[in-house]
Order: sequence, then C-alpha cells, then structure tokens
Amino acid sequence: MLKKRIIPCLDIKDGRTVKGINFIDIRDAGDPIELARRYVKDGADELVFLDITATLEKRKTLVRLVERIAREINIPFTVGGGINSLEDAKAVIHAGADKVSINSSAVKIPGLISKIAGSFGSQCVVVAVDSKYEHENQRHRVFVNGGRIPAGLNTLDWAKQVEELGAGEILLTSMNQDGTKNGFDIDLLNTISKALNIPVIASGGAGQQSHFKEVFQKTRVSAALAASIFHFAEIPIPLLKEYLSNNNVFIRI
Amino acid sequence: MIAIIKYNAGNITSVKNALNMLGFNCMVTDRESDIRNADKVIFPGVGEASSAMRYLKQKGMDLLIKSLRQPVLGICLGQQLMCSFSEEGNVSGLDIFNARVRKFPPREIVPHMGWNNIMHNASGLFAGIKESEDFYFVHSYYCEIAQDTISTCDYILPFSAAMQKDNFYAVQFHPEKSAETGAKLLINFLRL
Repeated sequence: MLKKRIIPCLDIKDGRTVKGINFIDIRDAGDPIELARRYVKDGADELVFLDITATLEKRKTLVRLVERIAREINIPFTVGGGINSLEDAKAVIHAGADKVSINSSAVKIPGLISKIAGSFGSQCVVVAVDSKYEHENQRHRVFVNGGRIPAGLNTLDWAKQVEELGAGEILLTSMNQDGTKNGFDIDLLNTISKALNIPVIASGGAGQQSHFKEVFQKTRVSAALAASIFHFAEIPIPLLKEYLSNNNVFIRI
Repeated sequence: MIAIIKYNAGNITSVKNALNMLGFNCMVTDRESDIRNADKVIFPGVGEASSAMRYLKQKGMDLLIKSLRQPVLGICLGQQLMCSFSEEGNVSGLDIFNARVRKFPPREIVPHMGWNNIMHNASGLFAGIKESEDFYFVHSYYCEIAQDTISTCDYILPFSAAMQKDNFYAVQFHPEKSAETGAKLLINFLRL
C-alpha cells in the first residue's frame, strides 16, 4: 500500500535554518544538514528546503548547500524559494535536489512549469500555491510574493492549469490556516485533491496529531507538510507516525 | 571498482552520493573499458525511455550493457530500459527481460510517488529486508510481471518491483533515496 507522506519544511537564510530549534541532541540548530539528518533518523518521508535569502549571492550559497544536503541525505528532497527560471532549476537539480518548488514565478510565467517538466520530468516540478479564502465573495483565491499580492486567479482553476502544464505535485498552503495551529483547511484540500490526478501536499494549520489524521481521512491528499511543530519538537515525528498508524492511516514506520 | 553508467538521464549523482555515504568508491563513466572492467555496474536513471534508448544506441552502449558478465543493477528507468519494449515513446528496449513497460491507467493518482512495500522472493538482493519495509517509488510507467520478476508491488495493479536474469538485476524503486532500507539493498547488491 502506498503510504501517506510526512514532510518537514526547513526555512533557510544565507545557508542556515531560520527558526529557533530546541532539539536537545542537536549541537548546531542553525545547521540545515544536522537538522535534516535528525529528521531522516526520525522517519521523515521527504524534506522541503525553502530558501528565503534575498541577496544577489543567493543562488551560489543555495547551490553549495544543496550539494552538501545531497551528499548527506538519502531520502528525496525539494528545494524552493526564488526559483525563477529554467537556469535556476537546473542549477539546483544538478546540485542534487530531487525536485524544485516554484510559486510566484509559475504564476508570472506559467510556461516555466512545462519547461522544467520537459527538461527533467514532471516528477521534478512541485508548484506551491498559496490560497486564501475571501469571505466577501466566498472564493479561494491565489496569492503570490509570499502571500502579499493577489494573483487574480481562483485556486481550483489555477490548480487544474498547473496539472495540465505538467506539474508533478501541488503544495497547497491555506493562508487562512497557516500559523493558527487550528488544523488543515479540509474544505479547500478536499476540493482540490478530488479535482486533480497528481499528488497534493497539504500545508498550513497543523497543530496537533489529530489534524494529520483528519486531513488524511477526509481528503485525497498524498502528503502533509509542517514546519514549526516539527522544529520545536511539539509533535515528534516518530510519535505522530505511530499515532497515525494506530488510527488506520497507512504510514511508513 | 563500481561503475555507474553515465548517459542522458537525470539523478545519477544521487546514486554516487548514496554509495559514497556507504563508504564505497565508484566512478560515473561512459567509457567502455571502465564499464567492462568494473566489478559491479549500476545503470540508473530518471527520464524518458525513447530518448534514453536513442542515446544509448548512438553511443553503442546498448550492446555493451547486454554483453556485461558482472552483476549489473538497473534502477527505475534503468529497469524499464532492460525490458523488451516500452510504451513510453513506443521504443524497443535492451530486451534482457522479456517484459513490456506500460503506462499506469489513470484510475488513481499518477505518478506512483512515495513509499510503498513490496513482496519479494528469497533473492540475495533482499537479504535482511522485511516485506513490511518501504521503498521510495516515483514512476508513471511500470514493468509488467514476467518470468524474471523477483518482487512485486501493488499500485493500481500489481507490477514488477524487481527483476533478475543471470547477472542482471533491476529495481523500479530508488534504493539510493530509500533511507536505511535502500542502503541495505545497495549493500546486498555490492556484496553479490
């Protein structure tokens, strides 16, 4: 049976992990490699590295980091943040990333999805979609530039277009739920995962173990992603996986 | 020496990295003498079947691979190219395994992406690996079950997760991305 995937996301700035981490057995909490190794040991199914560096030197530092990760990590990993062209994608994939994640750049240049998929295969292309429910017009709308700018797209329409353009996966973040720890946006994730035939990764809102159970039992998503609850060891991955397994969610133990 | 065959397919570096992590030296090469003289040969790959076959033929590597006598391990696209025919670009393969490669019917999410467990026989390739252990898969085409199938996986339908004929071994999953379980399989192969 194909297992549901648990994916920790690491925010990276200038080659270091951003948020504070309180794993007691980690010597250097800012070292992405050490944190990544810890996650692999804990049973993470994949890792996502999101680079939020905003300097001109960004690509060089990122490529160096990706090369290090690839030498040390033996599970699949995705790299995102500032992949704006086929050249950016190439640099990161050649450095050893299994997948690249693109977000605003995919909205600006939808052809970029097909270009990367054409060069490296669909399985390499994750399109990250930031979605916000607007109560005024009762619609899920796409936002870009870190959620600051409305893209003028309905989430469902964009998700379908992204699949047609050759994306291998969609990483769908609910902006309404993100950071609340109140649970995933079940309605949104249900609608999108039912409408698509590529894997959807749920993101935004995880705060408790039961939230993961709910998203896997009530929607067709293939994976769930979270950041701070894993970094701060609020939910240790081994316990989460044991809980899900005990609740009849197929999971890799 | 372990030779990893270099051709126009992606993800070859991850195999090299995985072997290095396990303490094995290897070279990524397309030189006939390197490949012929290696103790073990790995034929990896992520990519499209017909363009990969065209490249191998142009370089004469199709005949080279078929003629190897040492243990050879095909991974993912490598396994598919070792079959007789692939629906991906409707291309003839190396015909080491008498099996066809077909596209998954879209009854479920395609690609088959993620961790899945396999059934396997007592082949030395799986020594110390329980059937409950998972491997990482990512593919939209699958190898049919045939005489040379030594392991099956079930996604949408049962397919060949691993095949073996004489000195030729192949797996559909990515041992180089399958954490400890994948490492065990790579070590098993390298100790054959």
